[in-house]
Amino acid sequence: MKRRFWGGIHPSYRKELSVKVTPSVAVIPKQVVIPMLQHIGVPCVPLVKVGDKVLRGQKIGDGEGLCVPVHASVSGTVIAVEPRPHPLGKMVNAVVIENDFQDTTIPPRSSCGNAEAMDPDTILGLIREAGIVGMGGAAFPGNVKALSAIGKVDTLIANACECEPYITADDTLLRTNPEQVLRGMQILSRVLQPQRAILAVEDNKQEAIAKVNGLLPEYAGIEMSVLPTRYPQGAEKQLIQALTGREVLPGQLPVSAHCAVFNVSTFAAIYRAVELGVPVTSRLVTVSGEAIREPQNFIVRIGTSFHDLIEVAGGLNDSTERVISGGPMMGIAQSDLSVPVVKATNSVLCLLKDRNGAAENPVCLRCGKCVSVCPMRLQPLYLYRFEKAGNAGELERLHVMDCIECGSCAFTCPGKLPLVERIRSGKQLLKEAKSK
Amino acid sequence: MNLTVASSPHIRGDFKTSRLMLDVVVALLPALAVGTWVLGFRALAVTAVSMVSAVGAEWLYCKVTGKQNTLRDCSALVTGMLLALTLPASVPYGIVVLGSVFAIVFAKCMCGGLGQNILNPALAARALLMLLFPAALTHYEAVDGISSATPLHRMVMPALPESSLMDMFLGRIPGSIGELSALALLLGGVFLVARKVISPKIPLAYLGSVAVLTLIFSKTGNPVSWMLYSLLGGGVMLGAIFMATDYATSPVTPMGQILYGIGCGVLTVFFRYYGLFPEGVTYAILLMNLATWGIDRITAPRRFGVKKGEQV
Repeated sequence: MKRRFWGGIHPSYRKELSVKVTPSVAVIPKQVVIPMLQHIGVPCVPLVKVGDKVLRGQKIGDGEGLCVPVHASVSGTVIAVEPRPHPLGKMVNAVVIENDFQDTTIPPRSSCGNAEAMDPDTILGLIREAGIVGMGGAAFPGNVKALSAIGKVDTLIANACECEPYITADDTLLRTNPEQVLRGMQILSRVLQPQRAILAVEDNKQEAIAKVNGLLPEYAGIEMSVLPTRYPQGAEKQLIQALTGREVLPGQLPVSAHCAVFNVSTFAAIYRAVELGVPVTSRLVTVSGEAIREPQNFIVRIGTSFHDLIEVAGGLNDSTERVISGGPMMGIAQSDLSVPVVKATNSVLCLLKDRNGAAENPVCLRCGKCVSVCPMRLQPLYLYRFEKAGNAGELERLHVMDCIECGSCAFTCPGKLPLVERIRSGKQLLKEAKSK
Repeated sequence: MNLTVASSPHIRGDFKTSRLMLDVVVALLPALAVGTWVLGFRALAVTAVSMVSAVGAEWLYCKVTGKQNTLRDCSALVTGMLLALTLPASVPYGIVVLGSVFAIVFAKCMCGGLGQNILNPALAARALLMLLFPAALTHYEAVDGISSATPLHRMVMPALPESSLMDMFLGRIPGSIGELSALALLLGGVFLVARKVISPKIPLAYLGSVAVLTLIFSKTGNPVSWMLYSLLGGGVMLGAIFMATDYATSPVTPMGQILYGIGCGVLTVFFRYYGLFPEGVTYAILLMNLATWGIDRITAPRRFGVKKGEQV
């Protein structure tokens, strides 16, 4: 019997909108905005100033501590170093580069090459210098995650579940460049020495599964696990539970369950960093939704604005209601389309008004559906109630901090309660109460 | 272009309160049909009066208190229908209206409205009517106008009823409008489970515990028949499938739902064996309603990442 994770939902996936055989290369914009913070941690310090000439792949920001460098994604001239809007909804210091359209690229790092001949430190160093972060959306620095997992994990997981509706970027990567992912897994296996390296994919990606199956014999030590499609299978804790039956301890990282999980795009980036010596300057982005004229996947230079990318995809429908960075379940709605694509942007989603959308007067029926779909087995209805009452003690008793904000509860709620929004503010409430 | 910035999730499922409520109405139709078939047109009339007065009471309440009109959630329809189905077809219309208005205004709206009420409105109203008009509520007529005892009344003797088990399963017996046919009620229950309106936990725990208790503590020499008659007679099917599963008044945790169902079953048998009336479903469920929030509190699901009994 296939082990499963708790709860979950079956939203309408709409992946067919954006599935095309090969991703197009998005038109390279006149200007790119490279935020100095594209990872969880400390922002980079800019290494260039206005007027500097930069090459594609040149390091333009770096820093100490929990920090990975950022690189120029085009060649050209730095025209500004200033705070700019960021898809996370705040202003972040950014280097703005005027493209010279020469695409002059710095040579690959000399230390790159066959990973089999490298020691783990060299590999981790190359991963760091390439600016690799968790590319599924979490954006945790890749080298730090790998380093903290050395000697503590027996299972390395490549996450290709892509359980959010609409998004097909990982699917596209597996259909077009599965070798990069598999090679990336082998490289990281060299560092982590796991007993198993599993590529996890949901069964709604048959073409990708067939491609990988054909290649697996050539990649020793890698296995694939095809999981029945259900949201939120791609959430780290749920994926570990589905694959191994283990549960990550409350408030802890996957190493507590002896697992390390990286997105497949991250593995491909690791391959390119270690064996080709190139940093992250572009990524696959799904541009989809009912409000975009030509939904598809693009290879996009980091720093391309949402606005430019949307234009390449034929532009927005007039009745567009939201533009989202990320998926429809967990993504962040944008107000300003000048925000750039960053390393963790897997999708730009353009949606019309949801006909099942919010009610004017949300009422909890106590139907309990939120409890049965919660993959963390929380009780969203009570979290909602106690947040409203401002009761931090009860929120703590009900483990509000365990919520992964997957949105399954709000999706299912017949009373259309803004559950995720209130639970998020409940977490804030508890944090404030504790700091007093 | 004006873009909406709102919290995730940005898409929602098509579950809607009104759809859930209308599903319950649909699920009750087979029982109402059998009631009308066996007891005559008056069964249908009583149900209509009850539903109309429930909706009217809610409309008036919203009007008078200046609250937002909540008729569109369709929950008043369900309350009115459920109340009617617990009544005999011969009950005077005035009593029906009184019960319906009490259910909506006192048991639901004044407790804070949909989802906030502590007692099941239909059952609270039935309990009130039982205390005020015991004769009218226990007067059962067959179609020909001759009053007769329900099978459950015979079981107080205690004795096995004269009606065959098949008659009771199909509904060819005297009784309240919606309680005649176990088959019709089970059909409705299967529909609700298939439409994901209810989980089968509460009905199964309820009926299961009634079955076990009546089998063990049989009052006749034939425990299996006694058990089957106990399950098919009276309001236990209607109660287990439609009343005990009322969202607002039942627990939301999986373990809590099972405990609650068992509690309803135990109390039902207890009331039937020792109570003033032959039936005990109404008071059993109402008592368990009071325990709902407490049950939720003690049956929180195991925390992710923490083994049972372990502390973090």
